[in-house]
Amino acid sequence: MDTLLNNLDVFVDGFTLTLQVFLWSALFALFLGTIVGAMRVSPVGPMRWVGTGYVNLVRNTPLTLLMFFFAFGYPKLDLPNVSYTTLAIFALGLYTATYVAETLRAGINTVPLGQAEAARAIGLTFGQSMSHILMPQAFRAVIPPMMSVFIALLKNTTVAAGFSVAEAGYIRASLSERGEPAIVVLLWVALFFILLVAVLSFVQRMLENRLKVLR
Amino acid sequence: MEPSDSSPATSNITVRRGEPLVVVKNINKHYGELHVLKNINAVVNRGEVVVVIGPSGSGKSTLCRAINRLETIDDGVITIDGVKLPEEGKALAHLRADVGMVFQAFNLFAHKSVLDNVTLGPIKVRGLSRADAEKKAMALLERVGVSNQAKKMPAQLSGGQQQRVAIARALAMDPKVILLDEPTSALDPEMINEVLEVMVDLANEGMTMIVVTHEMGFARKAADRVIFMAEGEIVEETSPEEFFTNPQSARAQDFLSKILDH
Ligand SMILES: Nc1ncnc2c1ncn2[C@@H]1O[C@H](COP(=O)(O)OP(=O)(O)OP(=O)(O)O)[C@@H](O)[C@H]1O
Ligand SMILES: [Mg+2]
Repeated sequence: MDTLLNNLDVFVDGFTLTLQVFLWSALFALFLGTIVGAMRVSPVGPMRWVGTGYVNLVRNTPLTLLMFFFAFGYPKLDLPNVSYTTLAIFALGLYTATYVAETLRAGINTVPLGQAEAARAIGLTFGQSMSHILMPQAFRAVIPPMMSVFIALLKNTTVAAGFSVAEAGYIRASLSERGEPAIVVLLWVALFFILLVAVLSFVQRMLENRLKVLR
Repeated sequence: MEPSDSSPATSNITVRRGEPLVVVKNINKHYGELHVLKNINAVVNRGEVVVVIGPSGSGKSTLCRAINRLETIDDGVITIDGVKLPEEGKALAHLRADVGMVFQAFNLFAHKSVLDNVTLGPIKVRGLSRADAEKKAMALLERVGVSNQAKKMPAQLSGGQQQRVAIARALAMDPKVILLDEPTSALDPEMINEVLEVMVDLANEGMTMIVVTHEMGFARKAADRVIFMAEGEIVEETSPEEFFTNPQSARAQDFLSKILDH
């Protein structure tokens, strides 16, 4: 307990940054993943190819490598200076978007074909059928697997610690400098992650109950 | 072929006849080896009610779906009100808005209330304000007898109610023609009539309709013409009275003896 109380500042700062990185990359992944997911079921060939190419390329690259590219590659380019935290958010977002896209695509496949046909029959365009009929139903169908994607994202934020982003995964490094026992610190960090995941699971159950589609 | 003026004046063909609205010319369609539509020709005039009838697998649904291009055709031409069906894209969406479709399985949008099912098209496709769209939707729901269900979700309605909502949803687009593909086949017997009544009213109000159905009562009461299909061909095309009492082809006779049996 002392380890926690004596270093509350480090814990609070670490987890605050973790939550920030998580929320921004989650939003980015959700946005990009929805677009890519829609591209993957588009009737237009090139759209599908770009979507498939992106998913296969990024999803099959280890996250650490992706972070490497951003942390060491980006600063070499002649582009505006961006903090490591922002780069980590981009890397995590791009990576997680592929999982969001694949989860949504599975969701779209669970929506009965008649829904898309009825949408087209009243004159909705592909984009309108997607955004008003298919995506809303797909999202509702995949709430549990989608939450798993975001739980994985939450835990993946710790990878950013390796790239000088002082989030929760970095707490141990800061505290060993203060001479705290590493194992105790790690247990506290793990406990907080478990609590955060519990919060996400709670959100999941709430969404499931509120958004259930009756058939 | 449309019936000539000298054909028996059993229905109101001559009263109803307008200019051609849906024209199907020499269309063919294959599913792999299977030739599902064999050189189909048909004209549906404005205000006409045409019943399409025939054994299972004869291509009735495929023909219906080809008319709003839910199914592509291999060759031939389909025009709606003089406009050739466009390729996939905005122009096609635009044209589909003018062609209502009612499915056997209703296909109401499962995550939207009854009211939202009916207002979606008018708002997104026709550009109506929400207030105007809701006013119009409520009037249509009233007309098909389900206005008291407007706030419910589709799954909370009976099949007959869902199908009437589906008809209201199609009507909300002010379509030039409505296609109904076996609209009562998925219904429990006691709900068939409530849907048929709505369809008869529509017919009487002058809506142009193409109806795939085996409901002889509807055909007799409301149809101007019956098209009998078998194995991808139009085998007979005549007035309902003539078709049911005096079928010409052996295939029609055979088919009728089967559906009349029970
Ligand atoms: N997507 C498809 N792929 C392959 N074959 C198909 C497909 N859709 C329909 N068919 C076949 O095409 C033929 C015509 O089908 P269609 O649904 O038009 O018949 P129908 O007259 O509507 O029959 P029913 O009265 O059973 O509805 C059938 O033999 C059917 O098995
Ligand atoms: Mg059919």
